[in-house]
Amino acid sequence: MLLIRCPYCEAERPELEFTYAGEAHIARPADPSKLNDDEWKTHLFIRSNPRGTHFERWRHQHGCGRFFNAVRDTVSDKFAMTYKAGLPRPTETELEKARS
Amino acid sequence: MTSYRIPEKGRVNQGKPVRFTFNGASYVGFEGDTLASALLANGVHLIGRSFKYHRPRGFLSAGSEEPNALVGTDRGPGRFEPNTRATVLEVFDGLNTTSQNHWPSLKRDIGAVNDALYMLFSAGFYYKTFMWPKSFWNKVYEPIIRGAAGLGKSPTTPDPDTYASRFAHCDVLVVGSGPAGLAAALDAGKSGAKVILVDEQAELGGSLLSETDAGINGQSGWQWLEEARSALAAMNNVTVLTRTTAIGYYHQNLVGLCQRLTDHLPNPPADAPRERLWKVRAHQVVLAQGSIEKPLVFEGNDRPGVMLAGSARSYLNRYGVKVGNRPVIVTSHDSAWLAAFDLAEAGVKVAAIIDIRPNVSGHLMESAAALGVEVLSGWTVTGTSGRLRVASVRANPVSRSGVVGSARTIACDALLMSGGWTPSIHLFSHTKGKLDWNEEGQMFLPGEATEESRCAGAGNGVFSLAAALAEGAAAGAAAALDAGFAAKAASYRVDGELVLTGANNRELPTDRNTSKAKAFVDFQNDVTAKDIRLAVREGFKSIEHIKRYTTTGMATDQGKTSNINGLAIASDAVKRPAPAVGLTTFRPPYTPTTFGAFAGYNRGELFEVTRKTPIDGWAEQNGAEFEPVSLWRRAWYFPKKGETMHAAVARECKSVRESLGMFDASTLGKIEIVGPDAAEFMNRMYTNSWTKLAPGRLRYGLMLGEDGFIRDDGVIGRLTTDRFHVTTTTGGAARVLGMMEDYLQTEWPDLKVWLTSTTEQWAVIALNGPNARKLIEPLVEGIDLSDEAFPHMSVAEGKICGVPTRLFRVSFTGELGYEINVPARYGRAVWEELYRAGQQHGITPYGTETMHVLRAEKGYIIVGQDTDGTVTPDDAGLGWAIGKAKPDFVGKRSLTRPDMQKADRKQLVGLLTTDPNTVLEEGAQIVLDPSQTLPMKMVGHVTSSYWSAALGRSIAMAVIEGGKAREGETIHVPTPGRTHTAKVVGTVFFDPENKRLSA
Repeated sequence: MLLIRCPYCEAERPELEFTYAGEAHIARPADPSKLNDDEWKTHLFIRSNPRGTHFERWRHQHGCGRFFNAVRDTVSDKFAMTYKAGLPRPTETELEKARS
Repeated sequence: MTSYRIPEKGRVNQGKPVRFTFNGASYVGFEGDTLASALLANGVHLIGRSFKYHRPRGFLSAGSEEPNALVGTDRGPGRFEPNTRATVLEVFDGLNTTSQNHWPSLKRDIGAVNDALYMLFSAGFYYKTFMWPKSFWNKVYEPIIRGAAGLGKSPTTPDPDTYASRFAHCDVLVVGSGPAGLAAALDAGKSGAKVILVDEQAELGGSLLSETDAGINGQSGWQWLEEARSALAAMNNVTVLTRTTAIGYYHQNLVGLCQRLTDHLPNPPADAPRERLWKVRAHQVVLAQGSIEKPLVFEGNDRPGVMLAGSARSYLNRYGVKVGNRPVIVTSHDSAWLAAFDLAEAGVKVAAIIDIRPNVSGHLMESAAALGVEVLSGWTVTGTSGRLRVASVRANPVSRSGVVGSARTIACDALLMSGGWTPSIHLFSHTKGKLDWNEEGQMFLPGEATEESRCAGAGNGVFSLAAALAEGAAAGAAAALDAGFAAKAASYRVDGELVLTGANNRELPTDRNTSKAKAFVDFQNDVTAKDIRLAVREGFKSIEHIKRYTTTGMATDQGKTSNINGLAIASDAVKRPAPAVGLTTFRPPYTPTTFGAFAGYNRGELFEVTRKTPIDGWAEQNGAEFEPVSLWRRAWYFPKKGETMHAAVARECKSVRESLGMFDASTLGKIEIVGPDAAEFMNRMYTNSWTKLAPGRLRYGLMLGEDGFIRDDGVIGRLTTDRFHVTTTTGGAARVLGMMEDYLQTEWPDLKVWLTSTTEQWAVIALNGPNARKLIEPLVEGIDLSDEAFPHMSVAEGKICGVPTRLFRVSFTGELGYEINVPARYGRAVWEELYRAGQQHGITPYGTETMHVLRAEKGYIIVGQDTDGTVTPDDAGLGWAIGKAKPDFVGKRSLTRPDMQKADRKQLVGLLTTDPNTVLEEGAQIVLDPSQTLPMKMVGHVTSSYWSAALGRSIAMAVIEGGKAREGETIHVPTPGRTHTAKVVGTVFFDPENKRLSA
């Protein structure tokens, strides 16, 4: 069972309190009707599914209820960091710092 | 019966005899014995039959790695356990055990015919032997295979024992209490760190328990062990758990422990849990798991009496049991010589030491000579004899060039083998830690760790006692230091220790036909060396494929004694080095673990919560039958005495249509949506338009996923301009709120809206039937119920029966209807008052089944029953619920994707069976042409199907490709024995003009 740090509660809590919520940093287009079918398909279905660093969303469902972002390695399952929803994707430098 | 016990040897309490049974015969052992040591002390080696060939088998080992000695234990009613390893099962007064895998008896087993039919059971026999003819599979092969498969007998009665579980946190967790683990725990403990030390055995000590020669710090090994135990017991910061197996090592230093609490007790306390599962989150972990001895691979290496040499030494030194009166040793490792010497010194006639290696160190040769033991070095073993117990061993000299000379037969009653030692890296491997191949030792060793862990001792490839103590102490101190404690590694002086070396082998050289040899690699799954070579010849090159094809390492022992031998042979056969062939994956649990331990407290009523409405108690008292709906239990129907379900539902339906019914709808999900942007938020979340919905009005709301498919629906009331009372499906409540939160928090955080779950705050009573208004009119205060003031789809706040209510005029039955929301605490009182007052109208409580029938008669869908996550609003005939003028809502863009507009999409339709008495099965598949060849093209399925009392016939709904255009056509529903026909119709079966809603 993973320990996950909720950036709102500022505390590590067991995985049982959280639910996974898919890839992060995929913003819903402001006006979906402007997208052609291909662009909408990409927005809807195409995900990066990397081997390694993954930017993803979690929800502290049985805690504060907030959605937040996390960086997790899909091979080792280790979290590099978690951060609040709406904040930009961390840079490689910030990730390096978080990992060390 | 001759005793094989040596009075002055061992650690068992020879003053405390215990009586137990094996296959009905009574035996005496001593306190501290395992079933294995106690039976061996009675001269019993034959313990079971093998899995595939039903060959007689004896004890291979003295520990948890045991592949052969699996027994059934019976501790009374409901307490039968199969596959308990006799080598770890502690005996006590009254223990009853039985052998497995034979019929009619252990000594005469019909299944042993498989042994002669071995050619049928070679590698991959599942895929070869039982292939033809095809028709034999169902009727002949499968029943036989299922009948013969499996180890032991499953218990058939519920387990009466209880199982506990707990979390624990510590600074340093030490796994294994051999010399390395003890040294680690001592130094970590002395630093003040919170330490947990676990060992699977009944007492601490590990390998020290089986040795008698080496001394530590001027004391004997056992004296030092005593002091170490006392020192640990005296430290308040150290928890010692024996009979506790570390079963799995998970992320972030979470280690699962299974502690066996009562299995060793003759009379366990009545309320004591049998086992306890620990989930330990450790700052640092020290793995001192030790090592497991490798068998040698030669023909007949599985006969009872053939045993690992180190295990024979354990039986002698730890339990005071000699495993035979005339043992022969066969080895390629020095450690087996020590077993021979210990036995000889205990007065046992060791017939010979056969060493595969041509050259053995001089001091061993000298000791053997001094003890009068014949040594055959540079020899091989090519066979054994003896039906139920080894009687002789066939040995041959091997020349320098590898030529096997002529055989010599040596009589013996035990054959003790050693192919060297394999570090136990199981827990380390659970963490996906890197494994390094050690060419000299032909073993995998822990490499770079992925967790905060250290390995020490034999489990790290450090086999000497002195080095293991030093490495353990260093690991314990370093772990404590990393956990933030000032720690120092103690130093130990070891005397009298020999430096041991060995050589590694594949199959031993032989002068016999290897294609017929049964030289076992995996004893538990009956896999031989030739099976592995055959698999490679048949094209399996990856170790994972070889494993699955031959089943080597796939038994309950996970190949503890077989993996490395299997790898060595596979590597030779595929002609690639062992590390390139690789090791199969170790998975938790380390040893077989009871389901009870995993389930813990979560069984029976505690397995899952049962949600109950405030009115549930009334339903129970009034004879309701219940059904589960998500976590809720809901009243299903209310049978009168002697009434069938069919009759009860027909009566309930009739009563609603003719007069009045009442239904507990409290399980409906409810969400209060409040704020200046509430209407805008609703516009974005639901397909419908909400801007123009006036306060005091209701609207049916439809929610899609972003993919355009129906996710949920419900009736939604607007109470004020900035407040909506949303209802959701019973099962969808949490999901809907989660989806709303997701959009609100992450896509539209600018909207000023607050979402609150109110599902459990409101009790909801649905009243339906022509007399509904008549009933509540005198009971309601502050709401004008006239059709003009309060028409269908209205909501108002007032009082009913003197308590506050949000009254909905709405119908899920097609009748005049109300949904009375009252604060949950008044739910039952209001229900009872309505029931009392409704007697004049013959008010009838009804359950979910009647609700389903009534709504189906009206063609109202149930999300999740008539939809399945691939249904669009248009497919479901709900296109009217889409606010077409709205620029956007969740799912809108997807509705214009080409796939969503195809004419042959599955669409919801009504079905009327040709035979009005036929009620189709829900889920039944639909075909257009019933005479087509198999497999038929299925064009849809039945989603809802009921007997309609109001119509006097069956009705059904279905999704069918291009269904709407097929109205009037006949479709076919093939079912076992009969194909039904039905006509495609619209989905509204009853009162299509909705006249009754405002009657």
